[in-house]
Amino acid sequence: MTAPLLALEDLRVRFGGVAAVDGASLTLEHGTFTGLIGPNGAGKTTLLRLIIGIVRADNGRIRLDGRDITKLAVSRRARLGLAMSHQIVRPFRSLSVLDNVALAAGRRRTRDPLLSLLHVKRSTERARARELLDLVGIGDAADAEPAKLPLGYLKRLEMARALALEPRLLLLDEPLAGLNHSEAHRLADTIAGIHQTGTTVLLIEHNLAEVMRVCRRLVVLDQGRVIAEGEPRAVMADPKVRAAYLGEAPHAAA
Amino acid sequence: MAYEITLLTIIGINLILALSLNLITGFCGQISLGHAAFYGTGAYCAAILTKAGLPFPPALLAGGVVAGLLGLIVGLTSLRVREDFLAITTMGVGFLFLGFVRKQSWLGGELGVSGIPAPGLSDLGYMVLAIGIAAAVALFSLYVRRSWMGFAFDAVADDEDTARVIGIGVAGYKLTAFALGTALAGIAGGLYAHYARIIVPDTFGFTLSVTILAMVVVGGIGSTWGVIVATVLLSLMPELFRFVNDYKLLLFGGLLLLTMRFSPGGLAGLTRETWHRLRRNQGRNREQVDDGTAARS
Repeated sequence: MTAPLLALEDLRVRFGGVAAVDGASLTLEHGTFTGLIGPNGAGKTTLLRLIIGIVRADNGRIRLDGRDITKLAVSRRARLGLAMSHQIVRPFRSLSVLDNVALAAGRRRTRDPLLSLLHVKRSTERARARELLDLVGIGDAADAEPAKLPLGYLKRLEMARALALEPRLLLLDEPLAGLNHSEAHRLADTIAGIHQTGTTVLLIEHNLAEVMRVCRRLVVLDQGRVIAEGEPRAVMADPKVRAAYLGEAPHAAA
Repeated sequence: MAYEITLLTIIGINLILALSLNLITGFCGQISLGHAAFYGTGAYCAAILTKAGLPFPPALLAGGVVAGLLGLIVGLTSLRVREDFLAITTMGVGFLFLGFVRKQSWLGGELGVSGIPAPGLSDLGYMVLAIGIAAAVALFSLYVRRSWMGFAFDAVADDEDTARVIGIGVAGYKLTAFALGTALAGIAGGLYAHYARIIVPDTFGFTLSVTILAMVVVGGIGSTWGVIVATVLLSLMPELFRFVNDYKLLLFGGLLLLTMRFSPGGLAGLTRETWHRLRRNQGRNREQVDDGTAARS
């Protein structure tokens, strides 16, 4: 039996006195498409940041393909096939949209600082970047400065940049937020298409309609813990989930 | 003629120094207020070695290597502290260097090192050497900027956290920038020591660190051409206006401040802006000629 792609074992993180993630365990099998939902403050983003390595766990283990990566640096994890698209966009403002993606596409060239000095040509990476920008639907903004683009574009730039890493596990933090209905629908289709090419996807998204449409499996997080997981419809019917998640919806909207 | 040769030699040395800081601060975004310490390290190291009988070329290289190693150690602090705190830390390194050198009798203490052997070149030959190395450093800078190293530096300077997420080993790049930049500063120091033939600790103080930073910032952080122009201008200033020498810290500190406040892109940024404005105006004029039918680009 092969190890799952990702296994989280009893992860805990405290920020000051608040337990953001409080004993979360989760496994992602190869090639799966999982939606991660939960009320605001449930610890979804923190969990993603733990996986990518921006936040360090106080307790617990993270395994990628059976290998313990709990203490591995962020850049090393990226090179092992983890990529994340952030909820709060962070483009490189000094680079064009195209170069934002091309730089990620050239991760083999930037792996070693000294060897990176030997390479000048960027055409292959730029061509790849252009394909990815077209894929997420912002090919028209390739030469623009990120600072001049609306949020909807920057969200998709985040995703194109994550895809440029050719990840084995793609972590998406609310990629659809800030997009209008048809844009969101199209991007969700794109994500489903990426999944079909063999990439494992973990998606945080508040747009439940799209989540239910594209995800094969749902994980519900509440107060830093996994309270339910499984087939989307079955999970949404779970009384525990309704209480924690849907029950609080009116408050969350206020 | 002798005066011009002296001046050009100094400009060559200053160019190496400013371009070396530009690698660290301009390309990789790591501020340093203690660059004079590495210049001093190279100067002392090369001077001591030629006085001990080593020929000039290997002594010059050794100065660069020692300065680069020291730079690597200081670079390690850049992995822990950022921005303002890094500025203060590197400033501290500058003072530490001075404090150390002043108390070492084997380095001549306050009196410094004198009687440094002649490098075995004519004044003109030495000028050609200094300008030649400066040109090589400038070409290297332009190349780095175009290479994938420069590409990754851009990302590190822009947003370290995001750079990590796309697989860039930020620590490795910062250390590379520090080692390269400080090694080149060490070479500039060795050149200076064998041009002046006498070195004293005070030459390598805070004033010099600020002067070098002013050359980089006034020229335009990260722009090789901008830094070259600013370095030539700021090197000539004390020569053209004698009073500048007495108010160096005030003047260069002031220039630094004014540039950061009013034109953060420095001379390079100003030129770029003016160029774009001219082009835009030209474009507008053409549109008027075309009776407004031309689409705006």
